[in-house]
Amino acid sequence: MKNFQKFQILTVALFTAAGGTSHAASKLNIMTTTQDLADLAREVGGDKISVDSIAMGYQDPHFVEPKPSFILRLQKADLLAVVGLDLEIGWLPPLQTQSRNAKIQKGGNGYLDMSSFCKILEIPTGQVSRAMGDVHPLGNPHYWLNPDNGRRIAQAFANKFSEMDSADKDYFQGRYADFDKRLTAAEKGWDAKMAPYKGRKVVTYHRSWPNFCDRFGLNVIDYVEPRPGIPPTPSHTLELINNMKQQGVKLILVEPYFDLRTPNSVAAGTGGEVAKLMPSVGGVKEITNYFQLFDYDIDLLVSLFQKVK
Amino acid sequence: MALLLTGQLPAQDNTELLNRMKAMEDRIKSLEAEVQSLKQTAVAAPPAVAAAAPPEPTPQPAVPTPQEPVNLGGAGPAASKALNPDISVIGDFVGAAGYGANRPIQSLEMHESEVGFQEVIDPYARADFFLTFGEHGVDLEEGYITFTSLPAGLQVKAGKMRAAFGKVNTLHNHVLPWIDRPLVNQNLVGGEDGIDDAGLSISRILPAPKGIFLEGIAQIYRGDSENVFQSLRRNDVATVEHLHAYRDLSESTNIDIGGSYARGHSPFANGTNQLFGADLTLRWKPLRRAIYHSFVAHSEFIWARTAVSPQGIQFVGGPVATAPVGKAKPFGFYVSGDYQLGRRWFLGGRFDRSQRGQCLPTNPATTSPCPISVYPNALDYTHLLQDTGGSILLSYWSSEFSGIRAQLRRTRYGEGLTSNEIMFQFMFSMGAHGAHPF
Repeated sequence: MKNFQKFQILTVALFTAAGGTSHAASKLNIMTTTQDLADLAREVGGDKISVDSIAMGYQDPHFVEPKPSFILRLQKADLLAVVGLDLEIGWLPPLQTQSRNAKIQKGGNGYLDMSSFCKILEIPTGQVSRAMGDVHPLGNPHYWLNPDNGRRIAQAFANKFSEMDSADKDYFQGRYADFDKRLTAAEKGWDAKMAPYKGRKVVTYHRSWPNFCDRFGLNVIDYVEPRPGIPPTPSHTLELINNMKQQGVKLILVEPYFDLRTPNSVAAGTGGEVAKLMPSVGGVKEITNYFQLFDYDIDLLVSLFQKVK
Repeated sequence: MALLLTGQLPAQDNTELLNRMKAMEDRIKSLEAEVQSLKQTAVAAPPAVAAAAPPEPTPQPAVPTPQEPVNLGGAGPAASKALNPDISVIGDFVGAAGYGANRPIQSLEMHESEVGFQEVIDPYARADFFLTFGEHGVDLEEGYITFTSLPAGLQVKAGKMRAAFGKVNTLHNHVLPWIDRPLVNQNLVGGEDGIDDAGLSISRILPAPKGIFLEGIAQIYRGDSENVFQSLRRNDVATVEHLHAYRDLSESTNIDIGGSYARGHSPFANGTNQLFGADLTLRWKPLRRAIYHSFVAHSEFIWARTAVSPQGIQFVGGPVATAPVGKAKPFGFYVSGDYQLGRRWFLGGRFDRSQRGQCLPTNPATTSPCPISVYPNALDYTHLLQDTGGSILLSYWSSEFSGIRAQLRRTRYGEGLTSNEIMFQFMFSMGAHGAHPF
């Protein structure tokens, strides 16, 4: 019986512990899983929101540690925007559950899965099994690397913010219109830069680039990973080198969080080049927003295409 | 007459047939004319509308070029899962060679097959079930509901669950960084089964300064956990309290410190068993190279205060209502480190030291008999032995879903026996298994 009484005392202590959640009353508190989503939210939300993200742009978004410090931030969030398509399946669900924030639970008013607004590629049509590697059964989640999808994400943010803060609807819609205009102008520049290289064949490390390549007309012929999420093997690396030689492919696109040893050896074996492309805002210091992400990647690609001819 | 009739009939029929055909031809011609007329009317309609438009030419909207429809959102065969829960199966195959001394394990064993069912129930709760199939039976390892939408930052769980006592007790076999559990858990906290009971858990994130995550957990259980607590009456509930603080030391490094207390009815006498625990975890994982390198150091210290009686020891699970003759006060700890050498390889080590009551059962059980008859004094029933062990581990993960682990283990038991074993483990999972809390 003493045990039960002690449990009651502790329970009461937990209930009555001072403090609790505090909210910045004037601003919407937005959490996103990636820096890309955070920047697009910032573009639309301006100074009417405060926004923070969980995964850093230079880390592999598939493998993020669900640290308790993220729980503290999620606990106070009005909105959680996720990439979805199971990109965050390995780390986000326990953070959501432990946040004790009803709004951001799946299906809650403050849960926004951006994949539902975007054009998704590589949606499997047949049987899906782990024999295919760490596949995403709902489709490829790296969809933000197509500016068309960036625009759709921004529009989804504008609509959601307008719904959450109807008094500032015009502000959010105005900012979205401005973003759309600037993005359209930027796209013209990116298209012009990439036009001479339309149809060029490339190899990528992971399947991070289908949206980017689809948008800018690059042709991915093979991958450094034998299967998604499976580290490169010697036999596959040899096959890859032969394939690249046969097809005259000289460029290997690699994300910053992968080891460069295998791509470098492939490049050495084919006389090609490794392009360390950034898949996310924040991948390097100079990429602080969505526009700079494409500026950086396209400038790097153009310089390397010119180099390898 | 009949012949005449038959001779006239064909002539009559032919005339009738010809008349009918002519009528049908006329009908077809009439229908064709009607169709033609309708077609002309349809073609003539736009000019009629255009004629109704203002005489001055107006800019017409550009005719949209045919485009492939854009389907937004993902789907695929996984969408067929619909409202079914995430289902996973995790296999744990273990083998051993060498001299096991006091705690020999089998040469080859399909140690455990864990089946998990996890899903959101409604906007307010989720449920998690984990069934474990051994070679000889099935057990509900955990099955609980978590209420995720309570006010005041509270979270409540109800069901059967592993108690929040320290770190190792909360972990399923397949997430341990070793093949076995540390000696201190085997000796004092029920080993693999641990404190795992039906109960209620309430937790809250507590206010703390400087970005510290501070969580308090209070749990109440029925009080039945083999070798740890035994409930004879409804009042013999067990309670577990846990407080842990977490802080990021840098982007790559963090520290987690916890304190635990558990109290319930002793299985060895009509008294209490109290457990005090302290745990420390230090993690390092550089974000830019997170999939290639990491280091985790764990340590737990556990003290027990266990009421014992001769009858309780001799008939474990039996007449524990006898008055205690004293309290066994064993202590134990482990220190462990796990370094990730590359994307697939991990190297680890662990040092163990733990006391145990000589005649108190552990999980797994020791094979040395209890020399109960040699104790002339009642107080000798609290006599303690000390086990010390060390392990070196090497793990290889071919993918996220399957791995092989080898563990070289040496243990010197309190009875003077020394074991030297090499153990290996195959871990493999299929299906969608939810991520575990940090």
